[in-house]
Amino acid sequence: MLSFILLQAAGAALAKMGAAFGAGISAFAAGLGIGRIGASAMEAIARQPEAVGDIRSSMIVVAALIEGVAFFAVVVCLLILFIK
Amino acid sequence: MIKRRVVPWIGFLAIFLLLPLEGLALSENETHELPEEEDFQPGEFIMKHIGDAYEWHILTYKDFHLSVPLPVVLYSKYSGFHVFMSSRFNHGHDSYKGFLISHEEPHEGKLVEVLNDGTVVKPLDLSITKNVLAVFISVILLLWLFIAVARKYERTRGKAPTGFQNMIETVILFIRDDVARPSIGERHYERFMPYLLTLFFFILANNLMGLIPIFPFGANVTGNIAVTGILAFFTLMFTILSGNRYYWKEIFNAPGVPWWLKIPIPMMPVIEILGMLTKPLVLMVRLFANITAGHIIALGFFSLIFIFGNMNPSMGWAVSPLTVVFTIFMGALEILVAFIQAYVFTLLSALYFGMATAEHH
Repeated sequence: MLSFILLQAAGAALAKMGAAFGAGISAFAAGLGIGRIGASAMEAIARQPEAVGDIRSSMIVVAALIEGVAFFAVVVCLLILFIK
Repeated sequence: MIKRRVVPWIGFLAIFLLLPLEGLALSENETHELPEEEDFQPGEFIMKHIGDAYEWHILTYKDFHLSVPLPVVLYSKYSGFHVFMSSRFNHGHDSYKGFLISHEEPHEGKLVEVLNDGTVVKPLDLSITKNVLAVFISVILLLWLFIAVARKYERTRGKAPTGFQNMIETVILFIRDDVARPSIGERHYERFMPYLLTLFFFILANNLMGLIPIFPFGANVTGNIAVTGILAFFTLMFTILSGNRYYWKEIFNAPGVPWWLKIPIPMMPVIEILGMLTKPLVLMVRLFANITAGHIIALGFFSLIFIFGNMNPSMGWAVSPLTVVFTIFMGALEILVAFIQAYVFTLLSALYFGMATAEHH
Protein backbone atom coordinates (compact mmCIF):
# COMPACT_ATOMS: atom_id res chain seq x y z
CA MET A 1 0.00 0.00 0.00
CA LEU A 2 2.71 2.46 0.98
CA SER A 3 4.89 1.34 -1.90
CA PHE A 4 1.99 1.99 -4.29
CA ILE A 5 1.72 5.59 -3.04
CA LEU A 6 5.46 6.01 -3.43
CA LEU A 7 5.21 4.65 -6.97
CA GLN A 8 2.54 7.20 -7.82
CA ALA A 9 4.76 9.99 -6.57
CA ALA A 10 7.61 8.78 -8.74
CA GLY A 11 5.39 8.98 -11.84
CA ALA A 12 7.53 11.01 -14.19
CA ALA A 13 10.72 9.20 -13.28
CA LEU A 14 9.03 5.85 -13.83
CA ALA A 15 7.94 7.00 -17.26
CA LYS A 16 11.52 7.79 -18.17
CA MET A 17 12.70 4.44 -16.91
CA GLY A 18 9.96 2.72 -18.88
CA ALA A 19 10.98 4.58 -22.02
CA ALA A 20 14.61 3.59 -21.56
CA PHE A 21 13.67 -0.05 -21.01
CA GLY A 22 11.39 -0.01 -24.04
CA ALA A 23 14.09 1.32 -26.33
CA GLY A 24 16.60 -1.18 -24.97
CA ILE A 25 14.30 -4.15 -25.39
CA SER A 26 13.35 -3.14 -28.92
CA ALA A 27 17.02 -2.73 -29.87
CA PHE A 28 17.75 -6.17 -28.44
CA ALA A 29 14.83 -7.75 -30.28
CA ALA A 30 15.67 -6.05 -33.58
CA GLY A 31 19.28 -7.17 -33.30
CA LEU A 32 18.15 -10.72 -32.67
CA GLY A 33 15.72 -10.75 -35.58
CA ILE A 34 18.07 -9.20 -38.11
CA GLY A 35 20.86 -11.48 -36.94
CA ARG A 36 18.67 -14.45 -37.80
CA ILE A 37 18.00 -13.01 -41.27
CA GLY A 38 21.73 -12.58 -41.80
CA ALA A 39 22.43 -16.12 -40.64
CA SER A 40 19.89 -17.74 -42.94
CA ALA A 41 20.99 -15.51 -45.83
CA MET A 42 24.57 -16.69 -45.40
CA GLU A 43 23.47 -20.31 -45.27
CA ALA A 44 21.45 -19.84 -48.44
CA ILE A 45 24.39 -18.21 -50.21
CA ALA A 46 26.65 -21.05 -49.12
CA ARG A 47 24.19 -23.52 -50.50
CA GLN A 48 23.72 -21.79 -53.85
CA PRO A 49 26.41 -19.20 -54.59
CA GLU A 50 24.96 -18.17 -57.94
CA ALA A 51 21.80 -16.77 -56.27
CA VAL A 52 23.83 -14.32 -54.20
CA GLY A 53 22.32 -11.21 -55.90
CA ASP A 54 18.71 -12.17 -55.19
CA ILE A 55 19.49 -13.30 -51.67
CA ARG A 56 21.39 -10.13 -50.87
CA SER A 57 18.61 -7.81 -52.01
CA SER A 58 15.93 -9.84 -50.23
CA MET A 59 17.98 -9.77 -47.06
CA ILE A 60 18.35 -5.98 -47.19
CA VAL A 61 14.64 -5.46 -47.83
CA VAL A 62 13.55 -7.70 -44.95
CA ALA A 63 16.10 -6.10 -42.63
CA ALA A 64 14.71 -2.66 -43.51
CA LEU A 65 11.16 -3.82 -42.75
CA ILE A 66 12.13 -5.20 -39.36
CA GLU A 67 14.11 -2.07 -38.58
CA GLY A 68 10.89 -0.16 -39.28
CA VAL A 69 9.14 -2.01 -36.47
CA ALA A 70 12.03 -1.38 -34.10
CA PHE A 71 11.88 2.30 -34.95
CA PHE A 72 8.19 2.33 -34.13
CA ALA A 73 9.11 1.29 -30.60
CA VAL A 74 11.82 3.95 -30.42
CA VAL A 75 9.38 6.62 -31.59
CA VAL A 76 6.90 5.57 -28.89
CA CYS A 77 9.64 5.83 -26.27
CA LEU A 78 10.60 9.29 -27.53
CA LEU A 79 6.96 10.34 -27.34
CA ILE A 80 6.90 9.24 -23.71
CA LEU A 81 9.91 11.41 -23.00
CA PHE A 82 8.88 14.53 -24.82
CA ILE A 83 5.09 14.73 -24.56
CA LYS A 84 3.68 15.61 -21.17
CA MET B 1 51.64 8.34 -56.81
CA ILE B 2 51.01 7.49 -53.19
CA LYS B 3 52.72 10.67 -52.03
CA ARG B 4 50.30 12.86 -53.99
CA ARG B 5 47.28 11.30 -52.32
CA VAL B 6 48.78 11.36 -48.83
CA VAL B 7 49.89 15.00 -48.79
CA PRO B 8 46.40 16.54 -48.50
CA TRP B 9 45.64 14.18 -45.61
CA ILE B 10 48.85 15.17 -43.82
CA GLY B 11 47.94 18.81 -44.22
CA PHE B 12 44.50 18.14 -42.79
CA LEU B 13 45.89 16.21 -39.84
CA ALA B 14 48.50 18.90 -39.25
CA ILE B 15 45.73 21.40 -38.63
CA PHE B 16 44.36 19.08 -35.98
CA LEU B 17 47.74 18.57 -34.38
CA LEU B 18 48.52 22.29 -34.26
CA LEU B 19 45.20 23.36 -32.79
CA PRO B 20 45.77 21.77 -29.35
CA LEU B 21 48.26 24.55 -28.75
CA GLU B 22 45.28 26.80 -28.21
CA GLY B 23 43.85 24.25 -25.79
CA LEU B 24 47.09 24.30 -23.82
CA ALA B 25 46.87 28.07 -23.53
CA LEU B 26 43.38 27.81 -22.09
CA SER B 27 44.14 25.04 -19.66
CA GLU B 28 46.95 27.08 -18.12
CA ASN B 29 44.43 29.62 -16.85
CA GLU B 30 41.38 27.53 -16.12
CA THR B 31 40.42 23.93 -16.46
CA HIS B 32 36.70 24.67 -16.46
CA GLU B 33 34.63 26.14 -19.27
CA LEU B 34 35.09 29.83 -20.07
CA PRO B 35 32.76 31.80 -17.79
CA GLU B 36 31.35 34.06 -20.54
CA GLU B 37 30.14 31.24 -22.78
CA GLU B 38 27.21 29.04 -21.95
CA ASP B 39 27.69 25.40 -21.20
CA PHE B 40 27.26 23.18 -24.23
CA GLN B 41 23.81 21.62 -24.26
CA PRO B 42 23.92 18.51 -26.44
CA GLY B 43 20.15 17.91 -26.37
CA GLU B 44 19.36 21.43 -27.52
CA PHE B 45 22.17 21.33 -30.12
CA ILE B 46 20.83 18.12 -31.64
CA MET B 47 17.19 19.22 -31.61
CA LYS B 48 18.08 22.52 -33.26
CA HIS B 49 19.85 20.72 -36.09
CA ILE B 50 17.17 18.15 -36.88
CA GLY B 51 14.22 20.50 -36.47
CA ASP B 52 12.66 23.13 -38.65
CA ALA B 53 13.42 26.84 -38.19
CA TYR B 54 12.35 30.26 -39.40
CA GLU B 55 15.87 31.16 -40.47
CA TRP B 56 18.66 29.10 -42.00
CA HIS B 57 21.48 29.25 -39.47
CA ILE B 58 24.88 28.80 -41.06
CA LEU B 59 27.42 29.46 -38.35
CA THR B 60 27.99 31.21 -35.03
CA TYR B 61 31.43 32.35 -33.99
CA LYS B 62 31.45 33.82 -30.46
CA ASP B 63 29.23 36.84 -31.05
CA PHE B 64 29.01 36.67 -34.82
CA HIS B 65 25.92 34.93 -36.20
CA LEU B 66 25.62 34.14 -39.88
CA SER B 67 22.19 32.98 -40.92
CA VAL B 68 19.91 33.39 -43.89
CA PRO B 69 16.57 34.97 -42.92
CA LEU B 70 13.54 33.40 -44.54
CA PRO B 71 10.14 34.89 -45.38
CA VAL B 72 7.38 34.53 -42.81
CA VAL B 73 3.97 34.29 -44.43
CA LEU B 74 1.03 34.12 -42.11
CA TYR B 75 -2.67 34.79 -41.89
CA SER B 76 -4.05 35.96 -38.59
CA LYS B 77 -7.77 36.02 -37.80
CA TYR B 78 -7.29 39.35 -36.02
CA SER B 79 -4.94 41.30 -38.26
CA GLY B 80 -5.06 39.66 -41.66
CA PHE B 81 -2.35 38.58 -44.02
CA HIS B 82 1.31 39.35 -43.22
CA VAL B 83 4.52 38.76 -45.13
CA PHE B 84 7.86 39.76 -43.65
CA MET B 85 11.39 38.47 -43.27
CA SER B 86 12.22 36.48 -40.17
CA SER B 87 15.17 38.77 -39.48
CA ARG B 88 12.64 40.99 -37.70
CA PHE B 89 12.59 38.35 -34.96
CA ASN B 90 16.32 38.85 -34.35
CA HIS B 91 16.97 35.13 -33.83
CA GLY B 92 13.87 34.68 -31.72
CA HIS B 93 14.47 37.53 -29.28
CA ASP B 94 12.23 40.32 -30.58
CA SER B 95 8.59 40.50 -31.49
CA TYR B 96 7.13 42.16 -34.55
CA LYS B 97 3.56 43.47 -34.82
CA GLY B 98 2.48 41.14 -32.06
CA PHE B 99 4.05 38.04 -33.58
CA LEU B 100 6.93 36.27 -31.94
CA ILE B 101 8.58 32.88 -31.70
CA SER B 102 7.37 31.38 -28.48
CA HIS B 103 9.82 30.01 -25.93
CA GLU B 104 7.18 28.65 -23.58
CA GLU B 105 5.62 25.28 -23.31
CA PRO B 106 2.62 24.68 -25.52
CA HIS B 107 4.01 26.31 -28.66
CA GLU B 108 7.75 26.17 -28.06
CA GLY B 109 9.71 27.18 -31.12
CA LYS B 110 6.61 28.05 -33.12
CA LEU B 111 5.22 31.33 -34.33
CA VAL B 112 2.48 32.75 -32.11
CA GLU B 113 0.52 35.94 -31.95
CA VAL B 114 0.15 37.83 -28.69
CA LEU B 115 -3.09 39.82 -28.66
CA ASN B 116 -3.61 43.09 -26.82
CA ASP B 117 -5.03 41.39 -23.77
CA GLY B 118 -2.13 38.96 -23.54
CA THR B 119 -3.72 35.79 -24.87
CA VAL B 120 -1.53 33.72 -27.09
CA VAL B 121 -3.02 32.31 -30.30
CA LYS B 122 -1.50 30.50 -33.24
CA PRO B 123 -2.06 32.14 -36.63
CA LEU B 124 -2.27 30.18 -39.88
CA ASP B 125 1.41 29.75 -40.62
CA LEU B 126 2.38 29.39 -44.28
CA SER B 127 5.98 30.54 -43.87
CA ILE B 128 8.83 29.50 -46.07
CA THR B 129 10.76 27.75 -43.34
CA LYS B 130 14.09 25.93 -43.65
CA ASN B 131 12.49 22.64 -44.64
CA VAL B 132 10.20 24.30 -47.20
CA LEU B 133 13.14 26.07 -48.79
CA ALA B 134 15.11 22.81 -48.78
CA VAL B 135 12.25 21.05 -50.59
CA PHE B 136 12.25 23.84 -53.18
CA ILE B 137 16.01 23.50 -53.62
CA SER B 138 15.81 19.74 -54.06
CA VAL B 139 12.90 20.10 -56.50
CA ILE B 140 14.84 22.61 -58.58
CA LEU B 141 17.88 20.32 -58.55
CA LEU B 142 15.85 17.28 -59.60
CA LEU B 143 14.00 19.19 -62.33
CA TRP B 144 17.25 20.55 -63.69
CA LEU B 145 18.90 17.14 -63.76
CA PHE B 146 16.01 15.25 -65.26
CA ILE B 147 14.99 17.82 -67.84
CA ALA B 148 18.59 17.86 -69.03
CA VAL B 149 18.59 14.06 -69.27
CA ALA B 150 15.25 14.05 -71.11
CA ARG B 151 16.51 16.60 -73.61
CA LYS B 152 19.64 14.51 -74.11
CA TYR B 153 17.44 11.53 -74.89
CA GLU B 154 15.60 13.52 -77.54
CA ARG B 155 18.80 14.73 -79.11
CA THR B 156 20.48 11.32 -79.25
CA ARG B 157 17.45 9.32 -80.25
CA GLY B 158 18.40 5.85 -81.30
CA LYS B 159 22.00 6.12 -80.12
CA ALA B 160 23.61 4.57 -77.07
CA PRO B 161 23.35 6.54 -73.80
CA THR B 162 26.44 8.33 -72.52
CA GLY B 163 27.54 10.17 -69.40
CA PHE B 164 25.03 11.15 -66.74
CA GLN B 165 22.20 9.83 -68.92
CA ASN B 166 23.82 6.41 -68.63
CA MET B 167 23.71 6.42 -64.84
CA ILE B 168 20.13 7.66 -64.68
CA GLU B 169 19.05 5.07 -67.23
CA THR B 170 20.54 2.31 -65.08
CA VAL B 171 18.56 3.45 -62.07
CA ILE B 172 15.33 3.95 -64.03
CA LEU B 173 15.65 0.47 -65.56
CA PHE B 174 16.34 -0.93 -62.10
CA ILE B 175 13.11 0.60 -60.78
CA ARG B 176 11.19 -0.62 -63.80
CA ASP B 177 12.54 -4.17 -63.99
CA ASP B 178 13.24 -5.00 -60.36
CA VAL B 179 10.65 -2.97 -58.49
CA ALA B 180 7.64 -2.13 -60.67
CA ARG B 181 7.33 -5.09 -63.01
CA PRO B 182 7.63 -7.89 -60.43
CA SER B 183 5.36 -6.11 -57.93
CA ILE B 184 2.65 -4.71 -60.17
CA GLY B 185 2.62 -7.06 -63.12
CA GLU B 186 3.02 -6.52 -66.83
CA ARG B 187 -0.41 -5.09 -67.57
CA HIS B 188 -0.51 -2.15 -65.18
CA TYR B 189 3.04 -1.24 -64.22
CA GLU B 190 3.45 1.57 -66.74
CA ARG B 191 0.70 3.64 -65.14
CA PHE B 192 2.61 3.83 -61.88
CA MET B 193 6.12 4.30 -63.22
CA PRO B 194 6.11 8.14 -63.16
CA TYR B 195 5.01 8.22 -59.51
CA LEU B 196 7.44 5.49 -58.43
CA LEU B 197 10.36 7.18 -60.16
CA THR B 198 9.47 10.57 -58.70
CA LEU B 199 9.13 9.04 -55.24
CA PHE B 200 12.45 7.24 -55.43
CA PHE B 201 14.48 10.18 -56.68
CA PHE B 202 12.80 12.69 -54.39
CA ILE B 203 13.43 10.60 -51.29
CA LEU B 204 16.97 9.74 -52.38
CA ALA B 205 17.88 13.33 -53.22
CA ASN B 206 16.51 14.68 -49.95
CA ASN B 207 18.13 11.92 -47.88
CA LEU B 208 21.52 12.62 -49.44
CA MET B 209 21.13 16.38 -49.25
CA GLY B 210 20.45 16.12 -45.54
CA LEU B 211 23.91 14.63 -45.07
CA ILE B 212 25.85 17.51 -46.62
CA PRO B 213 26.38 20.14 -43.92
CA ILE B 214 27.12 23.11 -46.23
CA PHE B 215 24.61 25.88 -46.86
CA PRO B 216 21.98 25.08 -49.44
CA PHE B 217 21.98 21.44 -48.33
CA GLY B 218 21.92 20.09 -44.82
CA ALA B 219 18.25 20.53 -43.91
CA ASN B 220 16.57 17.51 -42.42
CA VAL B 221 13.71 17.22 -44.93
CA THR B 222 12.90 13.51 -44.96
CA GLY B 223 13.32 13.51 -41.20
CA ASN B 224 10.32 15.78 -40.94
CA ILE B 225 7.28 13.68 -40.25
CA ALA B 226 5.03 16.03 -42.20
CA VAL B 227 7.04 15.44 -45.40
CA THR B 228 7.09 11.65 -45.05
CA GLY B 229 3.43 11.79 -44.05
CA ILE B 230 2.52 13.51 -47.30
CA LEU B 231 4.52 10.99 -49.34
CA ALA B 232 2.75 8.13 -47.58
CA PHE B 233 -0.57 9.94 -48.13
CA PHE B 234 0.11 10.08 -51.88
CA THR B 235 0.80 6.36 -51.89
CA LEU B 236 -2.45 5.78 -50.02
CA MET B 237 -4.38 7.97 -52.46
CA PHE B 238 -3.01 6.19 -55.51
CA THR B 239 -3.75 2.83 -53.93
CA ILE B 240 -7.34 3.82 -53.23
CA LEU B 241 -7.87 5.45 -56.61
CA SER B 242 -6.53 2.47 -58.53
CA GLY B 243 -8.14 -0.29 -56.49
CA ASN B 244 -10.18 -2.63 -58.62
CA ARG B 245 -13.27 -4.66 -57.77
CA TYR B 246 -11.32 -7.56 -56.30
CA TYR B 247 -9.32 -5.28 -54.02
CA TRP B 248 -12.41 -3.72 -52.47
CA LYS B 249 -14.11 -7.10 -52.30
CA GLU B 250 -11.22 -8.42 -50.24
CA ILE B 251 -11.51 -5.51 -47.85
CA PHE B 252 -15.25 -5.28 -47.35
CA ASN B 253 -16.27 -8.83 -48.03
CA ALA B 254 -13.18 -10.90 -47.32
CA PRO B 255 -13.51 -14.38 -48.83
CA GLY B 256 -13.30 -17.31 -46.45
CA VAL B 257 -14.38 -15.31 -43.40
CA PRO B 258 -17.62 -16.39 -41.60
CA TRP B 259 -20.66 -14.14 -42.20
CA TRP B 260 -21.22 -13.33 -38.53
CA LEU B 261 -17.95 -11.37 -38.44
CA LYS B 262 -19.29 -9.06 -41.13
CA ILE B 263 -23.04 -8.59 -40.86
CA PRO B 264 -24.39 -7.29 -37.51
CA ILE B 265 -21.14 -5.64 -36.46
CA PRO B 266 -18.72 -5.28 -39.41
CA MET B 267 -15.62 -6.34 -37.50
CA MET B 268 -13.78 -7.81 -40.44
CA PRO B 269 -14.22 -4.79 -42.75
CA VAL B 270 -13.07 -2.45 -39.97
CA ILE B 271 -10.00 -4.56 -39.34
CA GLU B 272 -9.24 -4.68 -43.05
CA ILE B 273 -9.65 -0.90 -43.41
CA LEU B 274 -7.36 -0.36 -40.45
CA GLY B 275 -4.84 -2.65 -42.15
CA MET B 276 -5.13 -0.59 -45.32
CA LEU B 277 -4.47 2.60 -43.35
CA THR B 278 -1.61 1.32 -41.23
CA LYS B 279 0.48 0.33 -44.24
CA PRO B 280 1.17 3.93 -45.38
CA LEU B 281 1.47 4.96 -41.72
CA VAL B 282 4.29 2.47 -41.28
CA LEU B 283 5.94 3.79 -44.46
CA MET B 284 5.83 7.26 -42.96
CA VAL B 285 7.29 6.29 -39.60
CA ARG B 286 9.96 4.03 -41.11
CA LEU B 287 11.45 6.74 -43.32
CA PHE B 288 11.13 9.45 -40.66
CA ALA B 289 12.67 7.38 -37.88
CA ASN B 290 15.54 5.97 -39.96
CA ILE B 291 16.69 9.33 -41.26
CA THR B 292 16.20 11.24 -37.99
CA ALA B 293 17.91 8.52 -35.97
CA GLY B 294 20.89 8.61 -38.33
CA HIS B 295 21.20 12.37 -37.92
CA ILE B 296 20.83 12.18 -34.14
CA ILE B 297 23.56 9.55 -33.90
CA ALA B 298 25.96 11.50 -36.11
CA LEU B 299 25.27 14.74 -34.21
CA GLY B 300 25.59 12.89 -30.90
CA PHE B 301 29.02 11.56 -31.82
CA PHE B 302 30.04 15.01 -32.96
CA SER B 303 28.87 16.69 -29.76
CA LEU B 304 30.97 14.26 -27.71
CA ILE B 305 33.87 16.55 -28.58
CA PHE B 306 32.13 19.50 -26.98
CA ILE B 307 30.91 17.55 -23.98
CA PHE B 308 34.47 16.47 -23.24
CA GLY B 309 35.63 19.99 -24.08
CA ASN B 310 33.36 21.37 -21.36
CA MET B 311 35.17 19.33 -18.76
CA ASN B 312 38.62 20.27 -19.96
CA PRO B 313 39.52 21.93 -23.28
CA SER B 314 42.51 19.73 -24.02
CA MET B 315 40.41 16.62 -23.39
CA GLY B 316 38.10 17.95 -26.08
CA TRP B 317 40.96 18.14 -28.54
CA ALA B 318 42.22 14.72 -27.51
CA VAL B 319 38.95 12.96 -28.12
CA SER B 320 38.27 14.71 -31.44
CA PRO B 321 40.20 12.48 -33.91
CA LEU B 322 38.38 9.40 -32.58
CA THR B 323 34.98 11.04 -32.80
CA VAL B 324 35.74 12.32 -36.28
CA VAL B 325 36.46 8.73 -37.32
CA PHE B 326 33.22 7.56 -35.71
CA THR B 327 31.28 10.34 -37.40
CA ILE B 328 32.74 9.44 -40.79
CA PHE B 329 31.75 5.83 -40.21
CA MET B 330 28.22 6.89 -39.23
CA GLY B 331 28.11 9.13 -42.31
CA ALA B 332 28.96 6.20 -44.57
CA LEU B 333 26.28 4.11 -42.88
CA GLU B 334 23.80 6.95 -43.34
CA ILE B 335 24.52 7.08 -47.08
CA LEU B 336 23.73 3.38 -47.25
CA VAL B 337 20.56 3.95 -45.24
CA ALA B 338 19.58 6.81 -47.59
CA PHE B 339 19.65 4.48 -50.59
CA ILE B 340 18.01 1.59 -48.78
CA GLN B 341 15.17 3.68 -47.37
CA ALA B 342 14.40 5.25 -50.76
CA TYR B 343 14.39 1.76 -52.29
CA VAL B 344 12.20 0.25 -49.56
CA PHE B 345 9.64 3.09 -49.70
CA THR B 346 9.39 2.72 -53.48
CA LEU B 347 9.26 -1.08 -53.35
CA LEU B 348 6.50 -1.13 -50.74
CA SER B 349 4.49 1.49 -52.65
CA ALA B 350 4.82 -0.67 -55.76
CA LEU B 351 3.68 -3.72 -53.78
CA TYR B 352 0.61 -1.86 -52.53
CA PHE B 353 -0.23 -0.76 -56.08
CA GLY B 354 0.23 -4.35 -57.20
CA MET B 355 -2.17 -5.59 -54.55
CA ALA B 356 -4.69 -2.92 -55.56
CA THR B 357 -4.62 -3.83 -59.24
CA ALA B 358 -4.23 -7.59 -58.90
CA GLU B 359 -6.37 -9.58 -61.30
CA HIS B 360 -8.55 -12.38 -60.09
CA HIS B 361 -7.14 -15.81 -60.93
